[in-house]
Amino acid sequence: MKMIRLIPAMALGLMLFFTGCAPKDADIRSEIEKKLKANPATAAAAVTVIEGVATLSGELADENAKAEAAKLITGIKGVKSVVNNVTLTPPPPVFIPPVITADDPLMQSVKDATKDYPGVKAEVKDGVITLTGDITKASLPKLMMTLNGLNARKIDNKLTIK
Amino acid sequence: MALQDKYQAITNAALQAGITDLQVREQSGVLYIDGTAPSGSVKDQLWDIYGQIDPNFTGGDLILDVKVAANANVTRARVTTDSSNLNIRKGPGTDQPIVGKAAKDEVITVVSQGNPQWWLVRTADGEEGYAYATYLTAEA
Repeated sequence: MKMIRLIPAMALGLMLFFTGCAPKDADIRSEIEKKLKANPATAAAAVTVIEGVATLSGELADENAKAEAAKLITGIKGVKSVVNNVTLTPPPPVFIPPVITADDPLMQSVKDATKDYPGVKAEVKDGVITLTGDITKASLPKLMMTLNGLNARKIDNKLTIK
Repeated sequence: MALQDKYQAITNAALQAGITDLQVREQSGVLYIDGTAPSGSVKDQLWDIYGQIDPNFTGGDLILDVKVAANANVTRARVTTDSSNLNIRKGPGTDQPIVGKAAKDEVITVVSQGNPQWWLVRTADGEEGYAYATYLTAEA
């Protein structure tokens, strides 16, 4: 009978024993953070630990850094599993400068485009098309669409709308 | 960045309409928007928006270079001049000799759209040469 009375006390003792033994989430977290910060490739990652499950987040440069972050964690005592939610930094947009047609071929193309608009005069200098004269409102978009497709630097439209 | 804001509506519509190879960049006070539209109506839609922002296209601060994807299935095109015949020339350029003519509303064969400005075409009479693409509307 004495033994039966002891069971709750033993259970409590065991509970305290295991809680004391398993590292606390906060301690696991600080250890992981230390490891992440020590490596410049993974320093930007963040981590949370809940009941031994470590969740990585933040933005790293590439897949290698992401894998490295997860690798640093494995082997840390108390980590049951790792959820790797690290995102990758998108590559910066590549600036492709606009292609500008040389004046001679551009002038030829502009001549082709303006041939059917007798009121329109066009000049080309340093890639800039300058339009003078007059045009009907209805014809203007059609002419502009064509001229915009010739790889000019700029179109200076000084046309008078009839 | 101010120019990108001014023409934001065009860029947004271009993204929604599925313009491929879309590039938007600013250089020396001019914004360049390039891309390939899946159809002529998408190109027209972007130009309508441009016309709402700058009704007479006098800003001098945008080059909107939207090409319509060359469609290998397009083999016929209608001549859409205002009223006159469309010249068919030996080579791509108005300095080239005229080898034939196509009447307004005539439907002719498109041999190649390799040059976006000048399509290689053939009339029902068998005259072959280059015609100015502005005056041709692809037929399905």
